[in-house]
Amino acid sequence: MNTTTAGAVFAASLAIALGLTYRPFGDYMARVYTSKRHLRAEKMIYRLVGVDPDTDQRWSVHLRAVLAFSCVSVLFLYVLLRLQGRLPLSLGFGGMAPGQAFDTAASFVTNTNWQSYAGESTLGYLVQMAGLAVQNFTSAAVGISVAIALVRGFARNRTDRLGNFWVDLVRTVVRILLPISVIGAVVLVAGGVVQNFHDVRTVSAIAGSSQAITGGPVASQEIIKELGTNGGGFYNANSAHPFENPTVWTNWLQVYLLLAIPFALPRAFGKMVGDTRQGLAIVSAMAVLAITGIFLANGFQLAHHGTVPTAVGAATEGVETRFGVSGSATFAAATTLTSTGAVNSAHDSYTSLGGAVLLLNMMLGEIAPGGAGSGLYGMLVVAVLAVFVGGLMIGRTPEYLGKKIAAREVKFAALYILTTPVLALGVTAAAMALPGERANMLGSGAHGLSEVLYAATSAANNNGSAFAGLTVNTAWWNTVLGISMLLARLLPVVFVLGLAGSLARQRTAPASSGTLPTHRPLFVGLVTGVAFVVVALTYFPALALGPFAEGLH
Amino acid sequence: MIVMASPRLPGPVRHLLAALRMLLVLTVLVGIAYPLAVTAIAQLPGLRHQADGSLVRAADGTVVGSSRIGQPFTDAAGRPIPTYFQPRPSAAGAGYDPTATAASNLGPEDVVDTFDDPATPGDESRRSLLTTVCGRSRAVGQLEGVDGRRPYCTPDGAGAVLAVFHRDPGPAGPVVRVVSVNEQCPARPFVTTYEGVRVECAAPGGDYAAGRRVLVPGPGRGRDNPVPPDAVTASASGLDPDISPAYAYLQVNRVAGARGLPPAAVRRLVEEHVRGRALGFLGEPRVNVVALNLALDRLGAG
Repeated sequence: MNTTTAGAVFAASLAIALGLTYRPFGDYMARVYTSKRHLRAEKMIYRLVGVDPDTDQRWSVHLRAVLAFSCVSVLFLYVLLRLQGRLPLSLGFGGMAPGQAFDTAASFVTNTNWQSYAGESTLGYLVQMAGLAVQNFTSAAVGISVAIALVRGFARNRTDRLGNFWVDLVRTVVRILLPISVIGAVVLVAGGVVQNFHDVRTVSAIAGSSQAITGGPVASQEIIKELGTNGGGFYNANSAHPFENPTVWTNWLQVYLLLAIPFALPRAFGKMVGDTRQGLAIVSAMAVLAITGIFLANGFQLAHHGTVPTAVGAATEGVETRFGVSGSATFAAATTLTSTGAVNSAHDSYTSLGGAVLLLNMMLGEIAPGGAGSGLYGMLVVAVLAVFVGGLMIGRTPEYLGKKIAAREVKFAALYILTTPVLALGVTAAAMALPGERANMLGSGAHGLSEVLYAATSAANNNGSAFAGLTVNTAWWNTVLGISMLLARLLPVVFVLGLAGSLARQRTAPASSGTLPTHRPLFVGLVTGVAFVVVALTYFPALALGPFAEGLH
Repeated sequence: MIVMASPRLPGPVRHLLAALRMLLVLTVLVGIAYPLAVTAIAQLPGLRHQADGSLVRAADGTVVGSSRIGQPFTDAAGRPIPTYFQPRPSAAGAGYDPTATAASNLGPEDVVDTFDDPATPGDESRRSLLTTVCGRSRAVGQLEGVDGRRPYCTPDGAGAVLAVFHRDPGPAGPVVRVVSVNEQCPARPFVTTYEGVRVECAAPGGDYAAGRRVLVPGPGRGRDNPVPPDAVTASASGLDPDISPAYAYLQVNRVAGARGLPPAAVRRLVEEHVRGRALGFLGEPRVNVVALNLALDRLGAG
């Protein structure tokens, strides 16, 4: 089998595995969020926290709970990072500097996991497991809870209640993320991921030089890093590090895990709105975009255009031998299509067009399939826009799942869509206008612009992967990207919950002959088209000046 | 630690207190109990070796590293030790440093070197990715006795890049000046003339960005070069323990010669260490250099 065939089988096997788990996993998640029963452990948590699990919240109350939880999380993590030097298991590392601590706290709370630090030379074990890994669980759970509230907005009828945020949060952690993580972490250890509390151990290597072997509770953090579409590596090298991703099959498993929840949530959506064909249409639109992204990334990397790849004979700079070019390109596409941002290869060294595909994947707004929860609500907002566009074409009042898409709904959807590009392009423009920030680029000219655009896009899409050539541990970048990540996460949540509240209030109208059917291939095409056109028109000038200019010169 | 909510507190404060309590409870559950539980399970036989870092031992029983983490096989001056198989180039610290894992992060069109200008303080010299690749290919070719010339590389192992200046902007009109940007004076440029104009070497601190960039393909082969791609490119982690079978086989004669072993025996050892794709499609064929060199030491004559 040659490299291209093996790469194709690798991607196809992932698609088959995701297809097989789509129904059972999606149905399970739908049951989790519709069940009336509380587990004993959950009741204990509710008692300790002092919340009543049986109250149904209005959208504004739901939103305040999300904001309060995010705010407390940022502060708690910030304090933990600052005080590291006085905490146990610090490995001798001191507290993080204020700017970087803010950036890191914002990054992990918003499910971005952008890292301007290197794990192995900055953080001890306690901060990693009790600070960062906790946010890996909760930030994913917050995203899913918001998505479920939007689904309830479609499913419910003439109510102002969208469920209880605390219950959705706790159930996501206790019934979905934690059980899979325990099993998955043990599987990863079997594959060679480390899980210990040893100090760095210095050994005399085979040829006589000394080498420091690092340790840490890596497996328990690695699994939720992928499952929760977080992406923040225990070590600087992230999923390229042999202690995070040691074998070819752990590589396969990691790509599967980071796609598993985002691709199964549409099934839960279909189940909860009482028509699984609607979920199938949403997942089909996601799949069309995802397959295109994975195919193009592989194609450009295997064709290896560009000066250095031509000199080398393959795009192997920044690629691990065990994964190969294709196993790296598929991972890179999956991590940018979801909002994960874990990397198993150096995206900065990708061919210009391969790198452009990764940028485009993120610029789609993390909807194909997107992050845990954020992917589903992002795609549903695009579907609302598609229904609106379709309604304009046929001259009828647009309706989606029996809900009228009127001025208020379209306003929320439009605000949602505008947030990310405004932040991504605004930060890029500001950085390019300031001489100091421009000087942090490792590349010059078009590649330098790509580095800045990638960083700004990654933060504004809560992705967190990087063209790592840019030096981002500066006061300006830490502050601006931290603020950008918080706005990019929380503003869309405001708009999504507002949309959910306004949908739930409506009476569900029965479908008439004039209703645009939203479960047919035509609608899938419309959603895909709207997603692509909205993206292409917004980002095309920046892409043309960066990676396209570099790749086509 | 836990403050119970009082109904008299204003709404936002109650929300924040509930959020704080929720965060603390979840921190105990998934931030403390969960990683400790996984660590406890990882002590089971069959898991413990991996959880501790897959450590490997030399014949005398001392720990000499991890089978998953690549090591440098160079002497104090950084020269490859000929009795060992060489791993890939590494961008982790000074090379294979697990406390500074990193890739080069250099882009595909990073082709122009920067030379230090003695007139300004601080060393500003930086080798481009292209020159780095060309230099490595040449060095590996010399070490293994094969042709290491690659496309866009000069025979001396620098990036073959010319800055071509025209008389008129546009650029238009005849060529008036040509500089080989990666060959610092007093080096003799790899081509003497370009379109009838004599090619100059690059002066330290010179800025040739205004010139039209011309890449000279040269005679070397990219695909199917005797020096395989993994031998001239750094990995993503800087700790890659593997090399391609092609690179391993390339080193057989040199290692056998340096150790005074029959090449056939060393070749057999490499064959035993080649791992194919798992299940026929996962990953790439590879050879673990740490395991191979350990086995080589057991074979003897080091």
